Amino acid sequence: MNGKNVMTVRTIDKETIYSYLREINDPEVPVLSIIDLGIVRDVKMNDEELEVIITPTYTGCPAMDMITATIKIQLATLGFKKIKVTQALSPVWTTEWMSEEGKRKLREYGIAPPNPRQQVCDQKLFAAAEAVQCPQCNSYHTHRISEFGSTACKALYQCDDCKEPFDYFKCH
Amino acid sequence: MENTFNKNEFSKVPPSEGFREAYTLHLADNSLILGQRNAEWCGHGPVLEQDIAITNISLDLIGQARNFYQYAATLIGNNATEDSLAYLRKEKEFKNCLLVEQPKGDWAQTILRQFFFSQYQYLLFQQLQNSKDEQLAAIAEKSLKEITYHLRWSSEWVIRLGDGTEESHKRMLKAIEELWKFTDELFSATSYELQTASDGSGVDISKLKEPWMNKVKEIFSEATLAFPGKTFMQAGGKEGKHSEHLGNIFTELQYMQKTYPGCEW
Repeated sequence: MNGKNVMTVRTIDKETIYSYLREINDPEVPVLSIIDLGIVRDVKMNDEELEVIITPTYTGCPAMDMITATIKIQLATLGFKKIKVTQALSPVWTTEWMSEEGKRKLREYGIAPPNPRQQVCDQKLFAAAEAVQCPQCNSYHTHRISEFGSTACKALYQCDDCKEPFDYFKCH
Repeated sequence: MENTFNKNEFSKVPPSEGFREAYTLHLADNSLILGQRNAEWCGHGPVLEQDIAITNISLDLIGQARNFYQYAATLIGNNATEDSLAYLRKEKEFKNCLLVEQPKGDWAQTILRQFFFSQYQYLLFQQLQNSKDEQLAAIAEKSLKEITYHLRWSSEWVIRLGDGTEESHKRMLKAIEELWKFTDELFSATSYELQTASDGSGVDISKLKEPWMNKVKEIFSEATLAFPGKTFMQAGGKEGKHSEHLGNIFTELQYMQKTYPGCEW
């Protein structure tokens, strides 16, 4: 970090900004950086102003306010006169934007990552729950306890083999 | 919510409202008031998983409301913020429909209201995402993903309760009796809805009625619930004529900001 602090605004490139953003984690899923999560759309800058454009995951996600504040704090040391974080709603964020690295980290953390293909975001009623792999024992022999979980982005599952309950980062 | 207003700005909001402002506030108020109603279940849900489900839905609705209020604030200007619009407007300035302000009632009533409203929002936002107003379109597009969840969840519950036990069936019938009279307002356009529909920023809501009815018929039939007959329909909320229930909501929702203006956490 020390090396980065001595740069002047003029010499800062996008990659440097991204290296700072990679160190900001989602407060509710702290193993994921906001880059892993796929919410950073773009970075724009001139000599005075830096703008980071992010896409909210869920409409009501309270983590977005904290992420916005953290981005401003983290980048404050770079010397820009103004740092702006803009929320772009469209195109809509999807779990397909989550990085493979992010999915691996989630699994290691004990949260099942979103399935590669969206299976449940339609209107069909009483559809069979999505097959989700247990992040503990890798069994597919699991069942959904609740479509809604501890945060807006997760559903609650339980493994029928190792019996562990776990969170599933649902497709969105 | 971020507190960026101060005491001196209280009396200034909102100065004058165009129809786009009124329409955006209407969309915001609908989501906020239902979000607040559903939040009353927090810690009181029939089982833990459903308590979490209804409060998750509440969070989504309040998120929608924030997006609409933030946008309305930029349209209104004059120091309006999402907070001043949610916390400081008076009853008569609120443009939510009567359906969302009704008491949460029992689980059957909450479920039925959510189903009615989610199906309405689903149809409305599908159109609104093509709005000429880019921000309204973006909020609609964003919200639709979540509304699809709300709709599926509430539809399943209507079926589960209607086609469940004698008691749950009875309660659903009572819920229909309580709420049906507020459904027509969803499809009767106010002046701001007509004007926004005609300039391409809003939606012609009269066209949503038929697909809405068809969906309700389909779900009621699966739920073994008789489709209600003609009844006297209530309206007025969208034009600021509310039932006493909205005032009751404000005693909790707006209490802090009205008693301690500008207070922050």
